[in-house]
Amino acid sequence: MIRKLFDFHGGVNLRQHKKETTQHPVQTAALPKRLILPLHQHIGHPAEPVVAVGDKVFKSQLIARPVSDISAAVHASSSGKVVDICEHDIPHPSGLKAPCIIIETDGFDRSRRESVRTHNLNDLSPAQIRNIIHQAGIVGLGGAGFPATIKLNPGDKKVETLIINGAECEPYITCDEMLIREQAVEIIEGVLIMRQALQASRCVIAIENRKFKTLDIMNKMVARSGYDFIEVVAVPTVYPAGGEKQLIQVITGQEVPSQGLPIDIGVVCQNIATAYAACRAVEHGEPLISRYVTIAGSVVKPRNLEVRIGTPISDLIEQCGGNRQTLSKLIIGGPMMGFALHNDDVPVVKTTNCILVNSVIADVPLPSRSVSAMPCIRCGACADACPMNLLPQQLYWYAKAKDFDKVQEYDLFDCIECGCCDYVCPSHIPLVQYYRFAKTEIWNQEREKQFADYSRQRHEFHNYRLEREKQEREARHKQKRAEVTGQKDGDSKQAAIQAALERVRQKREQSAVKPKNTDNLTTEQQQLIAEVEARRAKKTTIKNKH
Amino acid sequence: MQLKTPTSPHIHADTSVTAVMSRVLLALVPAIIGYVYFFGWGLPIQIAIAITAGLGFEAAMLRLRQRPIKPFLQDGSVIVTAVLLAFCIPPLCPWWIIVIGMFFAVVVAKQLYGGLGYNPFNPAMVGYVVLLISFPKEMTSWVPPEILNNLEVRFTDTLAIVFLGDFPYKLSLDALTMATPLDTVKTELSLSKTVGEIKSGNAIFGDFGGIGWEWIGNWLFLGGVWLIYKKVISWHIPLAMLGSLFAIAMIFYLKDASNYASPMFHIFSGAAMLGAFFIATDPVSACTTPMGKVVFGAGVGVLTYIIRVWGGYPDGVAFAVLLMNMAAPTIDYYTRPRVYGHPRG
Repeated sequence: MIRKLFDFHGGVNLRQHKKETTQHPVQTAALPKRLILPLHQHIGHPAEPVVAVGDKVFKSQLIARPVSDISAAVHASSSGKVVDICEHDIPHPSGLKAPCIIIETDGFDRSRRESVRTHNLNDLSPAQIRNIIHQAGIVGLGGAGFPATIKLNPGDKKVETLIINGAECEPYITCDEMLIREQAVEIIEGVLIMRQALQASRCVIAIENRKFKTLDIMNKMVARSGYDFIEVVAVPTVYPAGGEKQLIQVITGQEVPSQGLPIDIGVVCQNIATAYAACRAVEHGEPLISRYVTIAGSVVKPRNLEVRIGTPISDLIEQCGGNRQTLSKLIIGGPMMGFALHNDDVPVVKTTNCILVNSVIADVPLPSRSVSAMPCIRCGACADACPMNLLPQQLYWYAKAKDFDKVQEYDLFDCIECGCCDYVCPSHIPLVQYYRFAKTEIWNQEREKQFADYSRQRHEFHNYRLEREKQEREARHKQKRAEVTGQKDGDSKQAAIQAALERVRQKREQSAVKPKNTDNLTTEQQQLIAEVEARRAKKTTIKNKH
Repeated sequence: MQLKTPTSPHIHADTSVTAVMSRVLLALVPAIIGYVYFFGWGLPIQIAIAITAGLGFEAAMLRLRQRPIKPFLQDGSVIVTAVLLAFCIPPLCPWWIIVIGMFFAVVVAKQLYGGLGYNPFNPAMVGYVVLLISFPKEMTSWVPPEILNNLEVRFTDTLAIVFLGDFPYKLSLDALTMATPLDTVKTELSLSKTVGEIKSGNAIFGDFGGIGWEWIGNWLFLGGVWLIYKKVISWHIPLAMLGSLFAIAMIFYLKDASNYASPMFHIFSGAAMLGAFFIATDPVSACTTPMGKVVFGAGVGVLTYIIRVWGGYPDGVAFAVLLMNMAAPTIDYYTRPRVYGHPRG
């Protein structure tokens, strides 16, 4: 069946540079003297060590356990002794150190026999599969490193299509391509496992249409397996066709809603290497302790190696004939979205797919960013290249002006930082840097706002509490007063006083001598009385004076 | 050990502002050759004067503005402006005309607004409009191809005309020049002649537009299509502009063919072809969203027709472009494309 494919907007055609690393079969990288195993190789919570310094460990032994569902176990990738649990450089763009378990290998590479438990897929429930994958420490191996079980748990949503991403659209990277060529059967097993966990109706394995040999192998293997619900699809070789959102659009014609997840449209997308790891875990009882890694660039023998997680990158560069002395630049991942390392004493982690040494890049015209970028001439090449159909130029203006409201109005947070706009810009403006800057600033502002909100809430609560306490205190006092004067409260007291006054007044009235027959008096009589009264009053005052 | 840690992407396409401008210039070469063939050596001389003056003004302004001079002189934008302005003025104009034009284009329209990328108006068109309004006599002194052919004006003669005002054969400018086809149509229509009468009564008209002009139009068209193929410009503005000009001209032509020139005449006359592919597509001052470009182009086309037919000037491309430049930011604002994953409509 020829599937109808859909287009996504924009994208760029890049020189592939994939021949150099697909010439030779994949070899196992030499066992390093030291393994550096970061506790945090995934998105989510760091794992918690379950070994102590000085412990002997076997290969595949659990050395750090996941602390939650959004966390991943770490296993010893060879046998040896735990010599340190300390902060060590890890492959991260920040160049910061993080807690790692350091194992000195003993060279025997021994695993404990009884730890190997294999399973029959048909007997397993989706929850059991997820549990095995969780215990095996499997994370998305395509780059982000989200714990694989989370995407294998659709909840009550129906999964229509499981897409296995083997597109690998960045230049130089060929580890997935080599994995398909060498482990196609196990990949198909892994697809079955994932399908069972998701109860998905159909599975699509996506591979870029220029990888003829790889497509051929996968097609044959799928045909031989006889599973008619697995379909191999050749997707166009355009960067970033292997980006999750773009791949889903190419295959289903649907778009993942902004700020939503593929599962919202009934799709789950898993990397092809994750499928392989799932197969190793379920069918062979092996945790995730190694992966295919592409080493390319200015090394004598560019190729893919199967590398134990924790192997120092410097070891790999030496194995491929690179010169540590002339090392000037190391990129983890592809040239479009990869990040540069601060030094080479960092380990390969679960998500390390490619190591680009130095001058990769010598054959591709690279703008020297030291030369200042030219002004934007609004040519719109960026908008034509944007796979998210954003207006990169407008985002740039607003990010530069630090107008963070506008930049969000132009949907900054839909930007996947694929770098297409930056790649095509004739003015060589480091656009992606501006977007990262704007995103970081907005996150900081959000955090500050949250903190401010929290502070305000606390302050408001504080005020409320003071007010409430004051009211309570007053209420209490009132009540106490009321209790003390409980028998004769204010009103009765007043009444008693009134009553007493009344009594006094009545008594006085009774005791006072009232003049009689004084009503109809002549004026002489009245005058006489007045004189008498006056004399009496005079007497009284004199009496009072003395 | 400290390694270099630039941020992604770590590779870049082989492109630059200079490369973009060079392609625009390359696309103009066939038309320049055609121009020389029909109109003699005037255009190359005007281009040379314009480039010299433009680079001088640009350098002086960059120095005054304390900006790096070398990268901005190398970007090629001044040269494109110079060539476009030279295309718009009569080839036998005295040298100081285009110098003044370049002054307004580079100093006023471009550098005073902040230089490359910051000019809201198309610099070449600002320069042209200033000249057209200030020096109407010089700016309308077009010499038709057949007169030049008969006279055999050599390169040195042209130099003498442009720099010294010395005309060969003791002729004067007035004796050499004639109205352009657009001008003729406009003037004679107002004398209530029909289009048919005008065209048959004048030797300057070819199949569609003016003799010579139509061929230059063809070469401009080819150059423009090459630019679209090379993705230097997109198809939106040229198609929308020529399409709308054609459509509106067709409506009036069908209504009244004796008083309105044919759509083909409008497309192949004046600055329509140059405007559609090389002037309205100036990215800095035009719209940038796909839908916005269509609106912008259509606006230029319609305004061009309105000015040509009912306005005071025979050609309206320059005014139309400048008017639409003003509207560009607003149009861009209302024509934002739907972002991936956002609801339709």
